[in-house]
Amino acid sequence: MDIDYNQTLDLTGVACPINFVKTKLKLEGMPKDEVLEVILDDGEPIMNVPKSVKEDGHKVLAIKPFGDRFKLYVKKQ
Amino acid sequence: MTDILTEEQIERYSRQIILPEIGGAGQKKLLRAKVLMIGAGGLGSPCVLYLASAGIGHLGIVDSDRVELNNLQRQIMHSTKTIGVMKAESAKERINQINPDVKVYAYNTRLTSENIMGIIKDYDFIVDGSDNFPTRYLVNDACVMANKSFSHGGIFRFDGQAFTIVPGEGPCYRCLFSEPPPPGLVPSCQEAGILGAVAGVVGVIQANEVLKFVLGIGELLVGRLLIFNAKDSTFRIVKIPKDENCPVCSKAPRITKLIDYEEFCGIRAKQK
Ligand SMILES: [Zn+2]
Repeated sequence: MDIDYNQTLDLTGVACPINFVKTKLKLEGMPKDEVLEVILDDGEPIMNVPKSVKEDGHKVLAIKPFGDRFKLYVKKQ
Repeated sequence: MTDILTEEQIERYSRQIILPEIGGAGQKKLLRAKVLMIGAGGLGSPCVLYLASAGIGHLGIVDSDRVELNNLQRQIMHSTKTIGVMKAESAKERINQINPDVKVYAYNTRLTSENIMGIIKDYDFIVDGSDNFPTRYLVNDACVMANKSFSHGGIFRFDGQAFTIVPGEGPCYRCLFSEPPPPGLVPSCQEAGILGAVAGVVGVIQANEVLKFVLGIGELLVGRLLIFNAKDSTFRIVKIPKDENCPVCSKAPRITKLIDYEEFCGIRAKQK
């Protein structure tokens, strides 16, 4: 099942915690209830970013494998 | 410049942008803020270093003195290299080295009843890190009259204190001490010993008050005098009520014109 999203952010090769900071800033600029797709590397990024996004009060809709990376879908709250 | 954060700014401020209370919106508030530091000495040094590092976009520094060797024990913004340089200029040089985002305005002058209003009017918040009573009372009265919020900081030997004044909201410095002590009763700035780290603690508390004020978060030290004792490593909060008969901030103030008190250090004695 595909998830509809409004914006996308490719954070391939972007290390922690800058990847979360960029996700956070992108979400800040989006209207409530819009969905952001974030492409994240395996390892630390996929372990940390979804957790931090949740702590910031946003809703994680799904995490899907995407080759050797992942796609994270976040609903702006 | 402050509409969109640059890649460099995102990286530089990342560890505070992460805080839910700050984020990108808070960082932009900091970059737009205009803060005036009065005194580039023991309190001003740590305060300004943290404000510049946090990205306060506009920093004014007022000081009429030059850096002296005996300052360096506590005035950590200056260095052996800048001995003899005007303190406000030395501060500017140091801030530029730390953070090019900060625009620094150096005022190589002593605040008086004549120039203070013109200087404070452009700023959102004032930090008083002065080392003498005439300036302290002048800053209080001017800020109350101009409706500017400010932080008071004081240090003496092993003790320090901090207090934040938001005119109209809480007490002012004169609600706490209505008049300066008579000259000669308190040791002059040159007779008083001071441990550098005490200045550091109080100056950093003042920086923290500025950041909270600009960001609109937390509880300021309004109506609460924070007292630090370095020997015991204790902090105390003393609640300070607004003085209904305060000479400057009450409904019917006695003081309606700025006063240039006589300097306590004899060398600067000035009659008005
Ligand atoms: Zn008062």
